[in-house]
Amino acid sequence: MQFSSYDTQGFCDEMFDGAGSPRPHARLLLETVESLSDGQLLRYKHAAERLLLQMGITFNVYGDSAGTERIFPFDLIPRIVPAAEWDHIERGLKQRVHALNAFIDDIYHDQKILRDGIIPREVILSAVSYRKQCHGLNPPWHVWCHVAGIDLVRHRDGVYYVLEDNLRVPSGVSYVLENREVLKTIFPAVFEGLSVRPVTDYPSHLLEMLESLAPGAPGSPRVVLLTPGIYNSAYFEHSFLAQQMGVQLVEGRDLVVDGGRVFMRTTKGLERVDVIYRRIDDDFLDPEAFRPDSLLGVPGLMAAYAGGRVALANAPGNGVADDKVIYAYVPEIIRYYEGADPILPNVPTYLCWRPEDRTYVLGHLDELVVKSANESGGYGMLVGPHSTTRQQEEFAEKIQANPRNYIAQPTLALSRVPTIVGEHFEGRHVDLRPYVLCGKEIYVMPGGLTRVAMTKGSLVVNSSQGGGSKDTWVLAPAPSLREGQVQVQ
Amino acid sequence: MTPSRPKPLLSRVADAVYWMGRYTERAENVARFIGVNQNLMLDLPHGHGDQWQPIVDTTGDRAAFLSRYGAATEENVVRFLAFDAENPNSIYSCVLAARENARSVRDTISSEMWEQMNTLYLLISEQSRKPLPAVLPEFCHQVRFACHLFQGITHATMSHNEAWHFIRLGGMLERADKTTRMLDVKYFILLPSVSDIGTPYDDIQWTAVLKSVSGFEMYRKRFGRISPERIVEFLLLDAEFPRAVRYCMGLADQSLHSITGTRPGAFSCAAEQRIGLLRSELDFAQVESILKSGLHEFFDALETKMNTIDECILGDFFAQRPQTAGTAG
Repeated sequence: MQFSSYDTQGFCDEMFDGAGSPRPHARLLLETVESLSDGQLLRYKHAAERLLLQMGITFNVYGDSAGTERIFPFDLIPRIVPAAEWDHIERGLKQRVHALNAFIDDIYHDQKILRDGIIPREVILSAVSYRKQCHGLNPPWHVWCHVAGIDLVRHRDGVYYVLEDNLRVPSGVSYVLENREVLKTIFPAVFEGLSVRPVTDYPSHLLEMLESLAPGAPGSPRVVLLTPGIYNSAYFEHSFLAQQMGVQLVEGRDLVVDGGRVFMRTTKGLERVDVIYRRIDDDFLDPEAFRPDSLLGVPGLMAAYAGGRVALANAPGNGVADDKVIYAYVPEIIRYYEGADPILPNVPTYLCWRPEDRTYVLGHLDELVVKSANESGGYGMLVGPHSTTRQQEEFAEKIQANPRNYIAQPTLALSRVPTIVGEHFEGRHVDLRPYVLCGKEIYVMPGGLTRVAMTKGSLVVNSSQGGGSKDTWVLAPAPSLREGQVQVQ
Repeated sequence: MTPSRPKPLLSRVADAVYWMGRYTERAENVARFIGVNQNLMLDLPHGHGDQWQPIVDTTGDRAAFLSRYGAATEENVVRFLAFDAENPNSIYSCVLAARENARSVRDTISSEMWEQMNTLYLLISEQSRKPLPAVLPEFCHQVRFACHLFQGITHATMSHNEAWHFIRLGGMLERADKTTRMLDVKYFILLPSVSDIGTPYDDIQWTAVLKSVSGFEMYRKRFGRISPERIVEFLLLDAEFPRAVRYCMGLADQSLHSITGTRPGAFSCAAEQRIGLLRSELDFAQVESILKSGLHEFFDALETKMNTIDECILGDFFAQRPQTAGTAG
């Protein structure tokens, strides 16, 4: 398969420049792909898909009673990020996550940012994800968001924008690690030639961060990963991370709170638990504190947490900072807490509760992307240019009925990466979700999940909406020549 | 540094791996029963050979089968035992249940085990969507080997820790149960056919009994000539044959002691006591006295004892309620 007929169609392309020539960092990969014998790439693709099916990295197709399981679409052509570009992203992410943590801690304590009038008080108080149960709590180092997956997109102008802050229970990192394992077997020579930065040590960094949260326990603390169970769509990831970190995977029914401490039920009685990496939403965490009908959670867990007897990552209540309306204020939040301009810009955002914004949005539904403030996974969303008049009318009604719940953004021309379609390459739109770990210090995994809209022309990359993924290669900075060394051509 | 204690095992996880072990063993047994029976039918003269009903009896599902299928034709029985999703003991249901259990403990078992479990699942779910496999022998063979491979992978890639012993405990109890049931059903069908004694068919049928538990060759080495008494002795009381009830109980007992840490010959919980009692009974039993006091009665009592052991394991390890937690649990 060759790239000679590949057309960027005027979009920003991660592998080709505006004139259609390969970007320097993509050249070696593109040459390697072209040098493969006829049909080899497709054979690799089928072998990789078979492997993923065998490894059970699948999701259930809803409404299919035969219980058909499918793998998440995975494209073999990676996205490559040059070292300097990554350096910019990494600095931007660290700044943003640092500011967001300061913001959440402030909201649950003194609320200085509200008193100073930077954000209207009612915006916070009306956020569904604002938890008054969390007021006055003091997680270690005032960190509330321990694992973040910040969604970035690149527009036609080549600039990386932050599209969304996923601070609650971001998922997808297991695909980053699995995708990398597959590509290493297919393109070993390219890896050697390019010096791609490794991602395999993510579980070690994660474990180290989690252990550091343990409430004053001497010796080795016990960390567990709390999953909703095997029917959750991210269950594969939960079991994978638990396995990679060597920590116990638990369900709510495995845990019990006794005397203000958390234990797990074992064949030999109760065993103390120090840190819980929870992959359950706040709502379901503890029926005594949040939704009383939750069967997934642990009664009394929040009381044990508030008493400082157990650590929870991510901290309950942190979702207040990834409400899509509050997102619009993040540049101000960064200026307020960091005293500096944001390194990574936001996508311009219209807030429908502001009358002038709402009037603009209602008049331009055919060109904007409208999102509900509290949904994720590509649900509750209108992509104006790809919508029908009927859908636009439905959204107009919803916006007028509940303006606080809607925001709108210009439709971005997301950058594209060549993707295998049938037996040739076509450009498909992508985003990028890097993962940020935050304990005493902030660590950004060099890479992330590149999600790709597999449908032609589509801008929706969510896996629940037919999106797939690609490996993301972050290149190491070129080693600077030491004195006296001679470069050999 | 203090030496670290072995990692505690969640009750839920112990429960799941125990059943994973049982269901894998069950699927393998049912596949073998079907395969051997089909092979046997081909050797028997017409009219002599409508012997599919006993296979259903062996799995203990006679009533469910009769109410849904009626006649015990080859097709009905194979459909019921191999692919019927509503029969909880069909190969299909067993593999599905084993896989769901394996999935819920993916962080406990090795990736190799999980992959093999998936391969088995993909094999079954592919076949179940087709009309009855034209090549039934090949299918039974594949299922048996996929299960054997899973057990081998389990032995070779997973630490022989507490969870591993729960897998083996489940597998051994299931195997003992299946050998017992198969022998119970077959012995009383074959025994009255006095007219067959001395004919080639007698030999063929008893050979099939041995093959149903992969025991023909090993029996030959041990006893040589085919004789019902010796077959009962071999499948119940042999100390070395891995599908003999006594052998299975021995390993189950060992695993239970590894789990509790109690020294051999002693007990610290109800399950350990019950399994120890049964084990010593089998260790010191003689086939002649069993036959004299009634084989069927012996089988019935054996089934009851094994069911009690299973209930004790549930109470001792899986359904444990914390003493101190009061009503919080």
